[in-house]
Amino acid sequence: MSSLQSTEAVGGAVRRFKVLVAKMGLDGHDRGAKVVARALRDAGFEVIYTGLRQTPEQVALAAVQEDVDVIGVSILNGAHIHLMKRLMTKLKDLGADDIPVVLGGTIPVPDLEPLYRLGIREIFLPGTSLAEIIEKVRKLAEEKRSREEAVTGVGGC
Amino acid sequence: MEAASIEALLERAEKGNLRALGRLLTLIEHPTPHAIQILERLAKRAGRAQVIGFTGIPGAGKSTLASRVIGALRRRGYRVAVVAIDPSSPFSGGSIMGDRLRMQEHASDPGVFIRSIPTRGVKGGLSTAALAMIEVFDAMGYDKIIVETVGVGQSEVDIINAAHTIIVVTMPGAGDDVQALKAGVMEIGDIYVVNKSDKAEANKTAAYLQFALEREDIGRRESGWKPRLVKTSAVLGMGIDSLVDVIEEHWNFLRESGWSGRKVEARRILMAKMMAESMLSAKVMEAHMESLGYLEEVARTGEGIFRAAEELARRAARKMLE
Repeated sequence: MSSLQSTEAVGGAVRRFKVLVAKMGLDGHDRGAKVVARALRDAGFEVIYTGLRQTPEQVALAAVQEDVDVIGVSILNGAHIHLMKRLMTKLKDLGADDIPVVLGGTIPVPDLEPLYRLGIREIFLPGTSLAEIIEKVRKLAEEKRSREEAVTGVGGC
Repeated sequence: MEAASIEALLERAEKGNLRALGRLLTLIEHPTPHAIQILERLAKRAGRAQVIGFTGIPGAGKSTLASRVIGALRRRGYRVAVVAIDPSSPFSGGSIMGDRLRMQEHASDPGVFIRSIPTRGVKGGLSTAALAMIEVFDAMGYDKIIVETVGVGQSEVDIINAAHTIIVVTMPGAGDDVQALKAGVMEIGDIYVVNKSDKAEANKTAAYLQFALEREDIGRRESGWKPRLVKTSAVLGMGIDSLVDVIEEHWNFLRESGWSGRKVEARRILMAKMMAESMLSAKVMEAHMESLGYLEEVARTGEGIFRAAEELARRAARKMLE
């Protein structure tokens, strides 16, 4: 579990990676989100789940209050471009656009490019393995922590 | 992190920047020596907020009830912070924190700040980090700080020293009168809530509790407060205003009797004690890693294993003094 270890705090506690798993809009299907949340937990992540039918604004504020390393959104309702645009805008407004955002769900291939242009870092289409999701999320979280270290001398500050 | 950037972060957080406050809490959650400096400065300004602890059996509806209470407190004009504690997996160390999802309706209210924290192996979950967060929210001017514990019943005793007002949440059908009495929670609550009171048997459960509370030995707290019983249904929104009235009444009682300050002191003493424990245990860990050869030797024969414990403690103590 040493890859999860970051700055040594007083008392030697390990700072684990923290991920927000979110569902937005009128979309009642959260089996996928829960499966991913559980897989992340079992890989040693601290996961916060927002529950269903959140607005992008609520998700952005939750990410800020919880100070997460990665935001993972699951969308199966087809409104991904609209919702992700609003989420990215709100994150920027809050000064939190340094938090990497990943997306999973039924996303038509022609929509991938516009989503990447919005700044979405990874898009997981149906059939993606849990191992791949965990690895990519871990990599993004590590990158974010090391950017913070470069700026401040200590991870995550 | 540089002292100067911590300073800047603190300044922005004080001006109400939520991003800065979120980051500050992360710093405090994993305190480096610099972070301890912030805590020192912040603690001086803290001590005004009412800390409200929610505890009780899992599934009684603590999170949903807390969410309703947040709404009612907001309507009365208070700024509310929440420290929501959820269990960590003993296997992976990871966690899924779901308390927030019951309270998410308040996520976009700028007067509410919710922060989740996993137990990370601490019994009852009331970690140094959770206590430090209370101190930060308090210093940042939040009027009411809600602490929601994992609700395992018996290991919740620390919460008495951390919160002003302890709300023990139970529900109809959660065992009989003996169950209600034995869990050790009958001695700690300031307010007892029978949630899900729209269900059958709610009156019976309430009667059991009322009967228990009428006993003189458990029916009075050190402060002189007599614990109260409130019936609610968080889902239907019933009884919430009565509950918040009692929460306010208890707060006034504590302030008038001078107990509110004593509770803040108890919380800080608890935090200092827990911090000391974790510092020492880190040193024991270090000494353990360095003494593996010696320990294995002793463990092979079993001879001198108790002496080895003492030796380990001694080595850890030397490290502490270095």
